[in-house]
Amino acid sequence: MNRNRMQYIIGALLLLALVLPYVAYPIFLMKILCFALFSSAFNLLLGYTGLLSFGHAAFLGTGGYICGYVIRNLGYPPELGILAGVSCSMVLGLVMGGLAIRRQGIYFAMITMALGQLAYFFFLEAPFTGGEDGMQGIPRGRLLGLIDLQSDITMYYVVLFVTVASVLFIARVTTSPFGKVLFAIKENEPRAISLGYKVDRFKLLAFVLSGALAGLAGSLQALMLGFESLSDPHWTTSGLVILITLVGGVGTLIGPIVGGVIIVVLEQKVGDIGTWLYHLTSIEWFNTLGESVSIVTGLIFVICVMSFRKGIIGELQDRWKSP
Amino acid sequence: MDIFNLSMQAVLGQLLLGLVNGSFYAMLSLGLAVIFGLLRVVNFAHGAVFMMGSMLAWIGLTQLDLSYWIMIIVAPLLTGLVGIAIEKGLLKRLYGLDPLYGLLLTFGVTLLLEGFFRSFYGVSGMSYNVPDSLQGAVDLGFMILPYYRGWVVLASLTVCFGTWFLIEKTKIGALLRAGTENPKLVQAFGVNFPLLVTLTYGFGVALAAFAGVLAAPIIQISPLMGSNLIITIFAIVVIGGMGSIMGSILTGLSLGLLEAFVKVIYPEASSTVVFFVMVLVLLLRPAGLFGKEA
Repeated sequence: MNRNRMQYIIGALLLLALVLPYVAYPIFLMKILCFALFSSAFNLLLGYTGLLSFGHAAFLGTGGYICGYVIRNLGYPPELGILAGVSCSMVLGLVMGGLAIRRQGIYFAMITMALGQLAYFFFLEAPFTGGEDGMQGIPRGRLLGLIDLQSDITMYYVVLFVTVASVLFIARVTTSPFGKVLFAIKENEPRAISLGYKVDRFKLLAFVLSGALAGLAGSLQALMLGFESLSDPHWTTSGLVILITLVGGVGTLIGPIVGGVIIVVLEQKVGDIGTWLYHLTSIEWFNTLGESVSIVTGLIFVICVMSFRKGIIGELQDRWKSP
Repeated sequence: MDIFNLSMQAVLGQLLLGLVNGSFYAMLSLGLAVIFGLLRVVNFAHGAVFMMGSMLAWIGLTQLDLSYWIMIIVAPLLTGLVGIAIEKGLLKRLYGLDPLYGLLLTFGVTLLLEGFFRSFYGVSGMSYNVPDSLQGAVDLGFMILPYYRGWVVLASLTVCFGTWFLIEKTKIGALLRAGTENPKLVQAFGVNFPLLVTLTYGFGVALAAFAGVLAAPIIQISPLMGSNLIITIFAIVVIGGMGSIMGSILTGLSLGLLEAFVKVIYPEASSTVVFFVMVLVLLLRPAGLFGKEA
């Protein structure tokens, strides 16, 4: 019963995703997809392994900048750009994860945050990124020499395909024996160790996988937008991905996707909502809401942590389980 | 005597600046350590309350005509009260859950505080004049010491070592340390433990706000000034470990000095050197310099 209803939701989401670009602005939809993928990658770590990374923005930035550099400066086709972005994110994941798993729990979060900041400084100073101006004019080109990505609609379906494939991949990983070991580490690490699992290797592999997928999201985003900027590797993006996952449901497959839709739409529309509230109440202050979105995201953060820790999908699953 | 073609005076000036920064690091990581010891919460909002201290000092001076000396008392008190409200209203309900939730909650609080001040004062930096009584500088012969910087170092070291004394040498400190080891037992002895926790959080937060007021005349005040700082503080806390009060103070001061030293010999790396030290410490001594847990 429960399983069926979830499948209906997934089916409905997919159907919606297929027709939406004819109704809504494709670039905006692709932005949502990229963040859904980014959050799903992050969730592989937090939801299925129990590791809170506060530096995941570094992967989004690495994917974006490397992909952009390879396509724009070196003149390679998009698929190689994406491949390069993903590979570099993997290497970064190996380094960051290798360092961070040397400490547990709360320290893990702090270390990833500090390393993420280091990556940010790198992108700020490195000559190829364009610093504060960002990296402009990344051409979309032709995918595999066959598919012309100039049209937003085509680009959208490519992004959709990659996102769905990646989410299916994550589903496969989490239900595999490897995924079960990750879950065991999350539930009870000392027991997993005493059962003979080399916990650090599993954690590191999960970190690398998550980093690679986050890098994929960054590469796709840079490709479809045609530019990459410093807001991607910034720590606020690391916070955003946590929020998306929390709102949707930590440790659920489609939670991060639902969360991505809600938060990205909200971020975009907060200004309008503020203006609307101003007209409703004529309190001048609401007009500033668009400039300081962080009030709204902060508020949702606090509400989620205080009384909505399972997220939307988590709550739904609970409700459907009990008659 | 010259080092790398820089006069000794300039080098010493830089190191003084490093000591000033180091004393901010020390005060903030000290507060984090005290809070973490008792609450098991890593207070992400520490940077935001530091900002709040600065902002309140600035608001006090420019809008209410309250002097630096009044605000250096009032701002930490007000911020401490906000801290107490946060602990009583929100954090309290998260004890017993995974400590990560405390970090996430205080992260949310950070965004709220930042967004709140941003919606009123924007993001551009504001400046705060050094109070009249601390204008000027004294020539020590080997270097020039601006009075204000001397005062900052003096005040923060006094506060740091005062806190150390309070925790390590007094009865209330003994209670705190006992609470860190075993909260249930302390409560069984009739100590009002929840009150102790609330006051500790308020105190740690007030300490950060005090640092914020001290910093107001030295740095650009803006609603976003706290968040970059908190990440550096996290790296410092990873380097030093949160187990020891003296450890936090010494790590904070020495990293401030190191940053200044790097600024003299290789300026490009001065903003990242703390993070590289963290990487080094993780590789060589994963538990941190003063840490106990593996």
